Amino acid sequence: MQINPFVKKRRQFIGLTIILTIFTFASIIITEYDVVKGFTSAPRAINWMIANLYPKEEALKNLPRILDKLGETVIISIGSTTVASIFALMFAILGSKTTKVNNVLSLFSRLTASIFRNIPIVAWAMVLLFSFGQSSFTGYLALFFVTFGFLTRAFMETIDEASFSCVEALRATGANYIHIIFQAVLPSSIPQIISWMLFMIETNIRSSTLIGILTGTGIGFSFNLYYKSMNYNAASLVVISIVCTVLLIELLSNYIRRVIL
Amino acid sequence: MEGSIVSTVKYRKTNKGKIKIRTVTTSSVVIKTTLSILLFLTVYGLVTLDTKDVNLIEAVKDFAINLRTMFFQSSLSNFTFFQSLYQILVTLGLAFLTTLIGGFIALFLGLLAAENLSSKRVSTVIKGFVAFIRAVPTVLWVLVFAIAAGLGSVAAVIGMTFHTVGYLIKAYSESFEEIDKGCIEALKASGASWWQIVFQAILPSAATYLLSWTFLRFEVNFTNAVAMGAAAGAGGIGFELFMASGFYFNVREVGFITYLILFTAIILEVFSTRLKNKFLLGS
Repeated sequence: MQINPFVKKRRQFIGLTIILTIFTFASIIITEYDVVKGFTSAPRAINWMIANLYPKEEALKNLPRILDKLGETVIISIGSTTVASIFALMFAILGSKTTKVNNVLSLFSRLTASIFRNIPIVAWAMVLLFSFGQSSFTGYLALFFVTFGFLTRAFMETIDEASFSCVEALRATGANYIHIIFQAVLPSSIPQIISWMLFMIETNIRSSTLIGILTGTGIGFSFNLYYKSMNYNAASLVVISIVCTVLLIELLSNYIRRVIL
Repeated sequence: MEGSIVSTVKYRKTNKGKIKIRTVTTSSVVIKTTLSILLFLTVYGLVTLDTKDVNLIEAVKDFAINLRTMFFQSSLSNFTFFQSLYQILVTLGLAFLTTLIGGFIALFLGLLAAENLSSKRVSTVIKGFVAFIRAVPTVLWVLVFAIAAGLGSVAAVIGMTFHTVGYLIKAYSESFEEIDKGCIEALKASGASWWQIVFQAILPSAATYLLSWTFLRFEVNFTNAVAMGAAAGAGGIGFELFMASGFYFNVREVGFITYLILFTAIILEVFSTRLKNKFLLGS
């Protein structure tokens, strides 16, 4: 029996709608989400933001301290990304289908990356806090672990995409493993690698705000301090400085990407 | 004729008369500069890192012991296994609501942000707005909304929705822009209205992309929901994680909760990778 495609489509649509509705109601009940409050509080919050969330003149005297913390955060984000990308590159080369040494090492590096990537940054930060206290190490290492996991997967995909044919060509000429890595794999995937690193730096600046709030370090701590003492003018200054930094880095990365890709 | 072929190629030669095989291009200069700047900042960062007199070797040892306890002796003490599963469901629920609300808003704004469906000016305005939304960390959105709505699921969902909308508008509008021009033109020529074009041409042909991107975002939102539970009191497994580590200092419980989150996240990742390979890369 042939089913009318329009009927089939309508059935699929109705089925999807029913499933989504069930999930929605289940989620609303389980999370105790107040739907009415959800709709009414969004405009209220925006009104409040317009009325309160801007820096006043007296808040500006906090600016040097905020900029100092921000600089520290940016440096930590960049540092953890660079160091993580070196390790990630090694693991990606071992794990990628094109350049793997053997299947055992490949599986090992894929598994390691997956574990590091999927343990939430919150868990890393809290466990590191036990040993490293409220020092910058905590943030640095937490960012490092998650970045390492993410970049390994990204680099693996990059290597597989970018360098398969060059590797084959070099292999045909009798080049050894080291030659293949340095003459084919790295040159052909370096633009993508840099692009991912820049993306990760941007992400890490945002994540470090979260880590800062949890562990009491960096720019997140400054925000939390002003937020909890209800000094919203100074808190807004922190938000604005983060936004400016992230946008600036995004502009820079976009320029670099346009030139190298 | 081989000679003539060789003579048409111009070689750049070095002073010693050797043929140059590497040429300097803008791209290679930018790559080298970027890498050197990053490396310099990294070294500078490591040297000036604010260590607060933490004894590094002791701390690393301590961390290793903690990790071992966390992963090999994990157990629950403050709540039962089923309660922790329920908390995972709460976090999944937060992520689901966020993705659903965000997806709806992003669908409309994404249509307006796609250059082939709206004007260039509207598209630029929306894209600029999106860049701003994305630049503010999620946790700050949630905390700001918590002032108006109080700490809890409402603030968390609305705060996370902002970021979701920002991300999905970008993904959706790019999928819309990839749609075959001829399809839209054909409908326009037959006198179809804007809504008819959207419902008959755009949405059906972009549906699989939209689905994959939305699920990808759901995966990210799960991680975000864990973080918001810990940092902004949104409840769910993230809050339990925060309590176990920051309040009870119970490494074993942290380990168990981490396993649960890891397990859920890997299931979500496998599922979304399958969707991505099937719909985003395959076609």
